[in-house]
Amino acid sequence: MAGLSCTNLLSMRDLDRQDINLILDTAETFAEVNARTIKKLPTLRGRTIVNMFMENSTRTRSSFELAQKRLSADSLNFSAASSSTQKGESLQDTAQTLSAMHCDLVVIRHRYAGSPYLISQNMQAKVINAGDGKHEHPTQALLDLMAIRRHFGHFDGLKCAIVGDIAHSRVVGSLGYALHYLGAEVIFVAPQTLLPARPDLLGADRVTSDLDSLLPELDVCYMLRIQQERIESSPFPSLREYAMLYGIDRRRLALLDQAAVIMHPGPVNRGVELSSEAVDNARNLLLEQVADGVCVRMALMYLMLGEVGD
Amino acid sequence: MPTKLFLQNARVVDPQSGLDEVLDLIICHGRIVALGQDLKPKDPTESSSGAAPCEYYDLAGQVIMPGLFDMHVHLREPGYEYKGDIASESKAALKGGFTDILAMPNTSPACDNGEVVKFVIDKAAEVAPIRVHVCGALTKGEQGEALAEMGDMFASGACAFSDDGRGVQDAGQMRRAMDYARQFGCPVLSHCQDEGLAGVGQVNEGACSTLLGLAGWPAAAEEIQIGRDIALCRLTGEALHVQHVSSAHGLALVGAAKAEGLPVTCEVTPHHLFLCEEDIDKTYPTNLKVNPPLRTRADMEALQEALCSGQIDCIATDHAPHAQHEKQMEFELAPFGTTGLETALSLLYTELIEPGRLSWASLVNHYAVRPRQILGQAPLRIAEGEPANLTVFNPRPTWTVSRTDFVSKASNSAFLGRQLKGQVSQVFVDGQWRLRDGLPCA
Repeated sequence: MAGLSCTNLLSMRDLDRQDINLILDTAETFAEVNARTIKKLPTLRGRTIVNMFMENSTRTRSSFELAQKRLSADSLNFSAASSSTQKGESLQDTAQTLSAMHCDLVVIRHRYAGSPYLISQNMQAKVINAGDGKHEHPTQALLDLMAIRRHFGHFDGLKCAIVGDIAHSRVVGSLGYALHYLGAEVIFVAPQTLLPARPDLLGADRVTSDLDSLLPELDVCYMLRIQQERIESSPFPSLREYAMLYGIDRRRLALLDQAAVIMHPGPVNRGVELSSEAVDNARNLLLEQVADGVCVRMALMYLMLGEVGD
Repeated sequence: MPTKLFLQNARVVDPQSGLDEVLDLIICHGRIVALGQDLKPKDPTESSSGAAPCEYYDLAGQVIMPGLFDMHVHLREPGYEYKGDIASESKAALKGGFTDILAMPNTSPACDNGEVVKFVIDKAAEVAPIRVHVCGALTKGEQGEALAEMGDMFASGACAFSDDGRGVQDAGQMRRAMDYARQFGCPVLSHCQDEGLAGVGQVNEGACSTLLGLAGWPAAAEEIQIGRDIALCRLTGEALHVQHVSSAHGLALVGAAKAEGLPVTCEVTPHHLFLCEEDIDKTYPTNLKVNPPLRTRADMEALQEALCSGQIDCIATDHAPHAQHEKQMEFELAPFGTTGLETALSLLYTELIEPGRLSWASLVNHYAVRPRQILGQAPLRIAEGEPANLTVFNPRPTWTVSRTDFVSKASNSAFLGRQLKGQVSQVFVDGQWRLRDGLPCA
């Protein structure tokens, strides 16, 4: 059986179409496992994984940890607060130290773009990027792809809007590219203050600030989280106005096609990106995304580590 | 050094006297005593009564030019000696073919008073194999808030003023600084960067910032201050030199000011000439993190074109040594800057001179003549009776820029791995043979 074409997952661009399909297909088999009463497989028994979270994260880290436990891997959590980085150790030295402990895989979340590459250059272990600065978050994109594929069965020609803080989003760095690569039509919806210099390079087929007229045409309406800390640079006047222009509320919900779905990487700021009606609506895939997150991470770690014959 | 040195068969280039031909040159007691074709030494064995020995140096295929002047160098001393110091970086300049460099004031403490100027000049006199000129700060501590003691610095030997490393943010303060500097006849060198617009920018705002998820530093943040400072030049009459121009639009602003007849000049760095944002790939190469950032390919090509057509006054490296541990970091945490002294001339030869885009005469004009004019320094000429201040370049050797080959304390070169042609072989400073066959003389 052919494995992944890449050793590390630093960027969605490391994966070709075959890799993505392999991960999603494998994730489907783990979805069945996750539905069982006994959810544990011996697949990664004896393998050591370090979860190196240099930036706060609850959802992503929990998802990785759960995926590791279900595959019987031994894992170690290494967070910024508990680590020597607080004592001024460089990332390079931290990586070399962990490497000397002979772990098999490092899952890294870091506030600075490019850190996973730096880690990969200083470790024997394989590396998964769990979010680096404003750059990429490939496993988020994979779980989003899984949720979309489970719902629609394909990507080709799907009309997908990504709404909100495109400029500061690592999710878009991975997901925008992936959707475009897989044949979906990608539309970024944001004010200019929340757009990067070159939206086209992140997969956008077009860009608009007019959400209302776009809503009836959409298959997927992907709402990005507004990071409260970004408000300091004042890319928009107030959360109230943001919600007014770019939030999904009852009125906008009604503009969406009946078959369309709403997605969000979580956690949601209720009343900002999504009103309560939109969160508690059958047309959103928010909880499916969370469930699929565990499956794609199991699939990814299995494909990266489990297939090595030894 | 022998009393009489015959440099034979080299191509001698000095546009100041329209010189560009293969000649012989004789140096005696540190001065050029003869310059001409087929200067046949007397039979070496036939030594006239008590005359000191002669030495013959065949430089066929090599180029002799007036000593080069790099007017944008960070020596890091005082305060950052772990990155580089006056001795190490001036030695790097010697290896790169420079007889003169201008030291920037962003040291610790900043060079914003006469004492620091004197310290740099005295230390250089003691340890540097070349001449080190000093640029004082425009404002106290380069904070952009109050005038630095330019009069005291001028009296101590400073020949230019700049807050290099930062732009002066307040236009009123910049105006006062330019007005005040005028009485000393020294130019103001301007690092153009509007901090509100550049923000925490790491790379050019565009393809690179988007793909790598790094904050963008738009060319407009530089162009706004270039435009502002040109307006202030018009208002104050003070000579303005725009440092490290990086964009086509910035260049156009300088061009328009020159056309208007304003005393505005500019420089370009080798890294902005030969690298662009596309070179910053997913490996996040921190040696390519420079300020201002590498711009687009179109900007890079416009800079090359402008240099070759004479619209840019001079080339300057912005040599910025950093310790290895500082550059081996997350891109967003690494400091800005690349070294440049030891690669500049070979880069210019490989990329522009050998392909026939830039003549040796123009190179000498941009890298020896214009810097001295801008800084009010006496010209160095290749002529009989002049002291020997010479750079000799051998175009034949090919080499690869490698971390281990630097004389500089630092190795943070944006050009590591690049294949280059030609190397500086000899340097004479004030009649002293300082670099011989590529090696510093003891």
